[in-house]
Amino acid sequence: MADTQEIIAKLFPQATFEEGDILTVEIPDSQWHDLAETLRDNGELSFDFLMTIVGMDWVEKMGCIYYLTSTKYNKRIAVKVATEDRVNPALTSIADLWHIAGIYEREVYDFFGIIFINNPDMRRLFLSIDWKGYPLRKDYDASPETNPVPEDNERQSDFTQVYTRDADGKIECKEERIFAENDFVVNIGPQHPATHGVLRFRTAVDGETIKKIDVYMGYIHRGIEKICENLTYPQTLHFMDRLDYFSAHPYHHCLCMTIEEAAGIEISRRAQVIRVMMDELSRIASHCLFIGTFCMDLGATTMLFYALRVREQILDIMDKTCGARMTFNYECIGGVMQDLAPDFVEDVKALLKIIPQNLKEYDKLFTGNVITKNRMEGVGVLGREEAISWGVTGPSGRASGWACDVRKTTPYSIYPELDFEEVIRHEGDSMARFKVRMGEIEQSARILEQLVDNIPEGEYCVKVPKVIKLPVGHWFRTVEGCRGTFGVYLESDGTVNPYRLKLATPSLPAAAVVDSLTRGDKIADLITIGGSLDYIVPDIDR
Amino acid sequence: MPYEAWKDNEYIESLVKELQDNGANVVVGSFDKLINWGRSNSIWPLTFATSCCGIEFVSLGAARYDMARFGWEVARSSPRQADFIMVAGTIVHRMAPVLRRLYDQLAEPKYVIACGACAVSGGPFKKSYHVVMGVDKIIPVDVYLPGCPPRPEAMIYAIMQLSRKIKVEKFFGGVNRQEKQEEFLKNHPIPGVED
Amino acid sequence: MFDFSLFTNWIHSFLSSFMPEWLTITTECVLIGVALLLTYALLALFYIYFERKVCAAFQCRLGPNRVGPMGLLQSFADMFKMLIKELISLNHTDKFLFALAPYLVILASMLAFAVLPWGNGLQIIDFNIGIFFLIAVSSIGVLGILLAGWSSNNKFTLIGALRSGAQMVSYELSIGLSVLTMVVFAGSMSVGDIVNAQDNLWFIFSGHIPAIIAFIIYLIAGTAETNRGPFDLPEAESELTAGYHTEYSGIHFGFFYLAEYLNLFIVSGVATLLFFGGWMPLHFPGWDGFNAIMNYIPGVVWFIGKAIVISFIIIWFKWTFPRLRIDQMLALEWKYLLPINLFNLVLMVLIVVYGIHL
Repeated sequence: MADTQEIIAKLFPQATFEEGDILTVEIPDSQWHDLAETLRDNGELSFDFLMTIVGMDWVEKMGCIYYLTSTKYNKRIAVKVATEDRVNPALTSIADLWHIAGIYEREVYDFFGIIFINNPDMRRLFLSIDWKGYPLRKDYDASPETNPVPEDNERQSDFTQVYTRDADGKIECKEERIFAENDFVVNIGPQHPATHGVLRFRTAVDGETIKKIDVYMGYIHRGIEKICENLTYPQTLHFMDRLDYFSAHPYHHCLCMTIEEAAGIEISRRAQVIRVMMDELSRIASHCLFIGTFCMDLGATTMLFYALRVREQILDIMDKTCGARMTFNYECIGGVMQDLAPDFVEDVKALLKIIPQNLKEYDKLFTGNVITKNRMEGVGVLGREEAISWGVTGPSGRASGWACDVRKTTPYSIYPELDFEEVIRHEGDSMARFKVRMGEIEQSARILEQLVDNIPEGEYCVKVPKVIKLPVGHWFRTVEGCRGTFGVYLESDGTVNPYRLKLATPSLPAAAVVDSLTRGDKIADLITIGGSLDYIVPDIDR
Repeated sequence: MPYEAWKDNEYIESLVKELQDNGANVVVGSFDKLINWGRSNSIWPLTFATSCCGIEFVSLGAARYDMARFGWEVARSSPRQADFIMVAGTIVHRMAPVLRRLYDQLAEPKYVIACGACAVSGGPFKKSYHVVMGVDKIIPVDVYLPGCPPRPEAMIYAIMQLSRKIKVEKFFGGVNRQEKQEEFLKNHPIPGVED
Repeated sequence: MFDFSLFTNWIHSFLSSFMPEWLTITTECVLIGVALLLTYALLALFYIYFERKVCAAFQCRLGPNRVGPMGLLQSFADMFKMLIKELISLNHTDKFLFALAPYLVILASMLAFAVLPWGNGLQIIDFNIGIFFLIAVSSIGVLGILLAGWSSNNKFTLIGALRSGAQMVSYELSIGLSVLTMVVFAGSMSVGDIVNAQDNLWFIFSGHIPAIIAFIIYLIAGTAETNRGPFDLPEAESELTAGYHTEYSGIHFGFFYLAEYLNLFIVSGVATLLFFGGWMPLHFPGWDGFNAIMNYIPGVVWFIGKAIVISFIIIWFKWTFPRLRIDQMLALEWKYLLPINLFNLVLMVLIVVYGIHL
């Protein structure tokens, strides 16, 4: 850490530092773009992966915290940029340095009203054009009268705004067209079978060939981050089930870990093992469903039913222990809610027995098929550099040759003791993304095999205080969800409620990358690419 | 399904009684029976899912629960061809006009099942600034199905209730759907439920 | 074999015994029309049920089993519902063409029924260019699909219709050529002659290599012609919602739905006619006892049975393979099937010329 700090301090004397588990740098906005460029391009730093941008409202000032990771040195850094103007807050955009930054900045603009100068597309992301106010600001008027349920169709604009700063430092707004004037624009979604929920693509096509896609999100934006600010810490947990409902366990795990770390709670080994086993079980279930829905998108409906058979078996195991099929709310602060069901070990062993057979069956039925190969190989190739710049993590990132598995890079819980491989492929196409997931099922099964006979005795939940209060401070923890790196940013002001809870989900980058992957491909490829990226819409919108 | 086998909803029972009190013409009555037999046995869902409940709806179609047994598996993607819309998941402000439009695009006779806590009342997102507190604010709902998400068994039960509701409809003269929901509830109070 | 022409001739002489000739012909036409409609509806309903059951079996499910015994009445319930469902009329569309499209589609499959050999003598019309007529009328269907897609004033339907157009134009070629191969072998275009020529042995056996190649190509092209998976691009659920018939509701949609299954039957029926002897029972030269036993099974059963078996194979395709992409689909036809087909035609001509067939 020291040398990072030294390098930055030498180049940017105005920067101030704050030590912690992650080094936090504070920099004035005027130097932020230069610092960002240095952080990315300096060979000794090479912070090339922008994990998330956390918009913040500290009441007296507003700003952003940028979390960056160096994939080369496996280091993390946080940069704080703030402005004191609450009426017309503006910061400098870094959309030209990281592809994904453009989308993250739109999110911050949507929630806090901070304008990013030079961002090529400064529209709202989740809320509609006519939405009044910026909901995550502390002074937002949440009464339903301000924004009643709309009765008419949403107003649609073909223009986007670009803000620039002229020589005198004044901010200018320019309108630009999203599509060319004569484009044939097909509206795919929000209610469309291929979007896996309610995502909307406005697609400019030339015959069957896609020219440009404009992604609209927010059709299931539920404002979880804002609701959490008014809840106590244990109450916030159950929302983790409803983000990416397939990785409910890993997401729970992440938030629990963050709160436990902040409150200084040590949990028992038994609880750790149970949590990891549940994570891996849900990973298998999630990838099974991915295989099924992906094949259904390609037109092979039967595969869905084959894949769902395994998933049902896993859901049975979960059902017996957690008492629910999908929204478990199982992990709690201090451990897990209840002990394992008596026949848990037996059921997991039965499951492990059938997984290799089933994988072989899927291979025979689907992967080896000529049509499948033609549809998937070489379609939607995402290079390693691109994947990092877009922040596409998880199996999709690993299919592009980027070793981004959080279980390996920044291990948590008992993962360092476990013996498993990180599945990496280098083709970067849809087929690689599919095969990585098949491989991960095997690896997860391997982890389960190591653990199933070695569940230690002990208490499943340690005693925690009835009212959990966290000390003042901020924490950022990540886990490997089923779809990629899931991060929780938690800021506490010392009360029972979180001051700010930011959820950095892996599906948002996956949906954002669709445009650049599909250009020049056919409409049918959009379905393949979208399916292989495997985004979950509530996970995008939160 | 024999009608007697699932005669467990008193509210619908009282509706049936009221309808039959007025008596029916022999010819028209038997036509009605035939039509209702067809309609209640062939209810095709619209593929519509916003979140978690949608995945349980997929499970409903899969081998274990297999809604094809009842003939509900012909999920149509086009609202013109579907019979009912299962609002599976949260509806937010931005989605509300879209759902409304989908409902308008359905061809008569059309039905709505509010599936899951979010669609019934806003559920866990009651305090959100962007969630519609129950789809009945936007479209008329025929069957409410609580649960978060409801288990597939519950979904089967909900669609069976819908099928029952269709069975007591009248095609010729006075379709009870055309009454506004508030008026209907005023005239047919549910015992034990105020307002 | 029982010759149905005895029966039809009897009806004719019975009717003409007390009616003038024009009235006789009118009555017969009406009778045939009613019989045809009835067969048409029943077959379609059966096929819908059949597909749903077969699909369920492939997917380890049960399929419809609640409405009627074993769910047999399921498709009847669907039909009743569809008949009385609202017909939505759209703004900004060509109303006449919009309404015309489903009828064109259904007309095409109806006309093709005219020449199918249902049984010995049980054929509506047997004229010397039967096969040619069949190919000609089955192409009317694409007109209906194009109209449907265009007149709906919807971008999805338009893309669906264009895909369908490209697909039909391409695969019509393969169908035509593989049919031509068999016509060369049979030496006649008349449906009756083709069936009778298979009295000793079905063409698939007697024509050996070229006949088998032609059959496989016909099956692939036939699947494409009926817009079924893996060639279901015009109505690709996950891409274009419901493709060209997205905007149709009620019975208009019902027509498309029925026509899809009827086309499946027609494609299988023609395959039966060309390769598996139409209504002709399974005969092997020299096996007289076996042939005699086979003759006890009526021709109608043979024809429909064989058609259903071939449709089963086509349904099997649909529930196994993923969908092709438009460029791959066209490449398959123009780069592979067409050259193979042309080569196969030459091969067949050589075999016929040199008499190297069974």
